[in-house]
Amino acid sequence: MNEQHSAKPHITVSDMTMAYGDFIIQQNLNFTVNHGDIFIIMGGSGCGKSTLLKCLIGLKEPSAGAVSFDGEDFWGSDDDDRLTMKRKFGTLFQSGALWSSMTLAENIALPLSLYTTLGEKDIAELCSYKLSLVGLAGFDDYYPSEISGGMNKRAGLARAMALDPEILFFDEPSAGLDPISAKLLDDLILELRDSLKTTIVIVTHELASMFSIGDNSVFLDAATHTQLTTGNPVELRDTSPIPDVRNFLLRGEPNELSDKGKAL
Amino acid sequence: MLVFSGDWVISAKRPEIDELLGEFGTEGAAISFNSDNLNDWDSALLIALCAIHQQAKQYQLSVNLDGLPDGARGLLHLALAVEEREGARKSARHESLITRLGNATLDIWGSCVEITAFIGELVLSFGRLIKGKANYRKSDLVVVIQEAGAEALPIVGLISFLIGMIFAFVGIFQLKAFGAGIYTADLVAVAMVREMAPIMTAIIMAGRTGAAYAAQIGTMKVNEEIDALTTLGINPIDFLALPRVIALIIMMPLLTMYSSLIGILGGLAVGMSMLDVSVMQYLVETQSALSLSTLFGGLFKAVVYGSLIGIAGCLQGLNCGNNAMAVGQATTNAVVMGIVMIVVSAAVLTVIYINIGI
Repeated sequence: MNEQHSAKPHITVSDMTMAYGDFIIQQNLNFTVNHGDIFIIMGGSGCGKSTLLKCLIGLKEPSAGAVSFDGEDFWGSDDDDRLTMKRKFGTLFQSGALWSSMTLAENIALPLSLYTTLGEKDIAELCSYKLSLVGLAGFDDYYPSEISGGMNKRAGLARAMALDPEILFFDEPSAGLDPISAKLLDDLILELRDSLKTTIVIVTHELASMFSIGDNSVFLDAATHTQLTTGNPVELRDTSPIPDVRNFLLRGEPNELSDKGKAL
Repeated sequence: MLVFSGDWVISAKRPEIDELLGEFGTEGAAISFNSDNLNDWDSALLIALCAIHQQAKQYQLSVNLDGLPDGARGLLHLALAVEEREGARKSARHESLITRLGNATLDIWGSCVEITAFIGELVLSFGRLIKGKANYRKSDLVVVIQEAGAEALPIVGLISFLIGMIFAFVGIFQLKAFGAGIYTADLVAVAMVREMAPIMTAIIMAGRTGAAYAAQIGTMKVNEEIDALTTLGINPIDFLALPRVIALIIMMPLLTMYSSLIGILGGLAVGMSMLDVSVMQYLVETQSALSLSTLFGGLFKAVVYGSLIGIAGCLQGLNCGNNAMAVGQATTNAVVMGIVMIVVSAAVLTVIYINIGI
């Protein structure tokens, strides 16, 4: 799948170590996310996937190493430059994380009113359009508490897309969604990548969606506190020489190898 | 051979496990079971079996499970499948008094550093506000001003009226003995305007608004809403703390003035019923007791208390942990910290006022 897109590096992580105090979560992380890739961050529970995401979106500073976007060092830059970089990404948090005191439209309007010079009418139109993209047309004036969890998540995605970001980060997008909604979300992610050329980074352990949308991935290991491998999830499942990685991707059922692959 | 009979359910009376274990000590024989007469069983049986198994392991007795019901055997295998992890059980830590005292002192020092850092951040935030670079929503500011202002009027009014009455009662009983009952008006006026109105309003607002701020911001933190702000490059202090602190700094002096007025009315009500003076006399006496410097002294205190309540509420909210219990803790801390800071600053301000002669 990689070959379809220009293989220009978009996000580069080099020799990164993440730690809380003396406790090292992950070390020696090295991987590259290319423009237009759908990149999966995977690994067992508690291996530091979410922490890695926090380092990428600027919520937690890595204790060593660097993250760069289009070759520009993220954590080494001053606050203003970092802010400029931050505006190029959108993040969908696990719970949606909509601001509960604002309506859906106000949630989407906030980044627009802060970072664009658009008038109120344009912003309102944009909000309605973004909501209709995620299947929530007409819900502009609802508060997050008035809609379901799945809708909250989609509204969160609409907010993440408000500024037409170059990179979208997803934290466990299909957690808490039924299989059909999860599939629809996967389709939406593919559509966004294909039509807007957005680079997409997803933290997930949903095998089905990994195999159907992932171009590239990094596998984090909780025991050794480092990455075990990188590569296309389907190829890793079928050909990875590392037993732990294959085991994870096959849910510990090696016999169903080829059948499962087809079913997915 | 152990024979289980009757019902082994958790709600029914059954033999103590210790008694069971006492029966076989170090005999060295194999243990087997007979459950032919066993009717109903649930976890109670399994608890006994696990204890027996452990005892048997300790004395290295062999256990034969054949006599047990199939289900119980399966569950026992499941329970014993994974060995207890070394050190997984938390042992009660005994810290010496000195260790605990030291840790508590370090905690206090840590929170002093936290407060100082937060005040610094707020000052920077005010700087951005003046330069017009602070990101916050004007509509949020209006809402928090309403919450911290108009909506607090009934409770502040009630408490102030009662405080005014109490002061008047105390004053009348003491001053009447000297035939100076009319000076109750002075007492109530000066006490309310200078001390009681600011501090009572502040304590009400710490419990009402400071706690609300901590709970609101803390819940936003749990919901990742603060992270969502940060990733968009919006400073949570500008967006959340600044409007709230401003609201309290604006509304506290107004509430204090209202509180003083209602307190004086409370004193007047008691004075009318217990003193032999007219309304006019009482009010003239009140007016003569008050000076502008007394009033402004009180209002300045209100501003200080207001900003302290805001700082305590927002700081605790932003430092809140990521679970429901932490939100409760943050709310409690906000109120306690708010009231402690109010009382300490009240003492400091009173000393300063006396020294500069207000």
